[in-house]
Amino acid sequence: MDCWGNLPFPPPSRRRRLFDRAAPLPSSDLPLLAWGNGRSYGDVCINSGGELLQTRGLDRYLAFDAASGVLRAEAGVLLDDIIRVFLPRGWFLPVTPGTRFVTLGGALANDVHGKNHHVAGTFGRHVTRFELLRSDGSRRECSPDENAELYAATIGGLGLTGLVTWIELQLRRVPGPAIAVENRRFHGIDEFFALNAEAELTHEHVVAWIDCVASTPRGILMAGDHVDAAVAPGPTFAPTVPFTPPVSLINAASFAAFNAAYFNRPLPQCQTTHCLSYFYPLDNLLHWNRVYGRRGFYQYQCAVPKGVEREATAALLDAIRKSGQGSFLAVLKTFGDAASPGLLSYPLPGANLALDFPNGGAATLALFERLDAIVRDAGGRLYPAKDARMPGALFRAGFPRWQEFSQHVDPKFSSNFWRRISG
Amino acid sequence: MKRIVIIGATSAIAHAAARLWAERGAALFLVGRNAARLEANAADLRVRGAASVMVHAMDATVDAAHATMLAAALAALGGIDVALIAHGTLPEQRECEADLARLRAEIETNGVSVCLLSQLFANHFAGQGGGTLAVIGSVAGDRGRQSNYAYGAAKGLVARFTEGLRNRVAKSGVQVLLVKPGFVDTPMTAEFEKKGLLWAQPEAVAAGILRAIEAKREVVYLPWFWRWIMLVIRHIPERIFKRLSL
Repeated sequence: MDCWGNLPFPPPSRRRRLFDRAAPLPSSDLPLLAWGNGRSYGDVCINSGGELLQTRGLDRYLAFDAASGVLRAEAGVLLDDIIRVFLPRGWFLPVTPGTRFVTLGGALANDVHGKNHHVAGTFGRHVTRFELLRSDGSRRECSPDENAELYAATIGGLGLTGLVTWIELQLRRVPGPAIAVENRRFHGIDEFFALNAEAELTHEHVVAWIDCVASTPRGILMAGDHVDAAVAPGPTFAPTVPFTPPVSLINAASFAAFNAAYFNRPLPQCQTTHCLSYFYPLDNLLHWNRVYGRRGFYQYQCAVPKGVEREATAALLDAIRKSGQGSFLAVLKTFGDAASPGLLSYPLPGANLALDFPNGGAATLALFERLDAIVRDAGGRLYPAKDARMPGALFRAGFPRWQEFSQHVDPKFSSNFWRRISG
Repeated sequence: MKRIVIIGATSAIAHAAARLWAERGAALFLVGRNAARLEANAADLRVRGAASVMVHAMDATVDAAHATMLAAALAALGGIDVALIAHGTLPEQRECEADLARLRAEIETNGVSVCLLSQLFANHFAGQGGGTLAVIGSVAGDRGRQSNYAYGAAKGLVARFTEGLRNRVAKSGVQVLLVKPGFVDTPMTAEFEKKGLLWAQPEAVAAGILRAIEAKREVVYLPWFWRWIMLVIRHIPERIFKRLSL
């Protein structure tokens, strides 16, 4: 499967592995799309009938300035590699998504965010420069000052503006690998927003796990900060889900029981842990996406703007609870005001909710339509990196700069997502 | 700090090994045909922690270039602890059968040039009284097969040559290691369908090379299970083997 959700999309006509950033784009009559490490959940990384340009072979560093922390690297370098090489030297990613197994190019193309959005904004804000190879053969260095329009279009541009060959990223100083975490249980949406607002004032990283089956939404808010402390080494071995079971192991019975146990587990109020455990709990189970069975799964991730975030979040959680669908993996956090340069960047100031759903066919899609209505009425949007089914109208309403963006799409590049929502 | 020369440094296995050495702070001298790609690899290794990285463009099939390369390496590093010979091509067997000039060229690239460079480094190591010569052969060198005997014969030449060379320089304290990788997922094999359990990543093979050097091994199959697969393949009687389509 080409996407993380294991959803059945028709395959590309050809997969081509790239190894040399100086090489021209392959000459082909088929639409092209860069494919990094396949961690996008839906069809932004799918190009049925076209060509996938696999970028993992572009995995070299170009330069690192140990004084300023500016790193230049090829687009296929994994965030995991950057952490392995630079964390021991006291540098970390300025923004990291919930998995370190994504490429730099993928992080740029989806303008990913992390638990520190309220202070650092999106990944793209820390990308100072990159090279874009267009199908006309030109190589454009893009920065806020140079080819600024392509810079803005490519950050969050879903790989549609051409092939990114290298990226320059501003790393951030950390005192070491340790994170001090404060855990707080909350009952109800109001309590979440109160605790969250308080936590964001004093903590760099804030995120909440939420139990979406409880009659009153409840969860655990986890606030973390990099600290100078001794800590056990990060996980060195991660077990693998060895095969895809025929049906999902996640169902209403299993996850309700799991959620109750997880919520009520003995919870230290403060703990110091290795940052890999804090940022990437799911990376410790390789191929965890397989637990959803052969039909795969969807993630529904939406952002709703400030002002209506309480009502909209409550309505979304209510609709999900009533549907009896959902899973253990449910995340709630708020986005801050820092604007991304990206035209199609997903985060907007407000609340962000993400939930996984086993692919239950029509029932799941019907629930999503109810959720879509809440998001649309709130003036919110869905996250393309996670999406495999949003209607084109919802995309266009949620991303009002999409027409400006489409001027910069490379004529030779496309994806199932783009054909679906612009068609 | 180890001082290391790598011939064929743009190959995936060689670069993976170079990264491991770079992270240990080694000084590296990279040799290959394409100067621009060598420079790209050198930059990567510098960022990853190499004490120093120099590059030297050379076509391994030009014998006269070998001595110049060795002199340049010695000038750059001040001495050599490890030489890894990793260059090679994976020819289309069918093309070699139809085009005899091509057949000669492939055997020269993968066999003869490797032997000449091995001798050159072994002479140097014997003179300084120690050092490690690591040469990348192949499981394909263990038995001639219809699907790739041009490549296999060249690798077989390397196996027999390094065997004798090892015998020659053993008393001088020189390690001669022959590495026999199986199927490795690299640009050289990019056109193959790589779904099976037999395929290994270049990083794993590179780690195996460093372990074998540390352990002072003579011959190593990578990954390890190829030793047992090839044991079986070598023992199939020729009378039967000639009918198989391996």
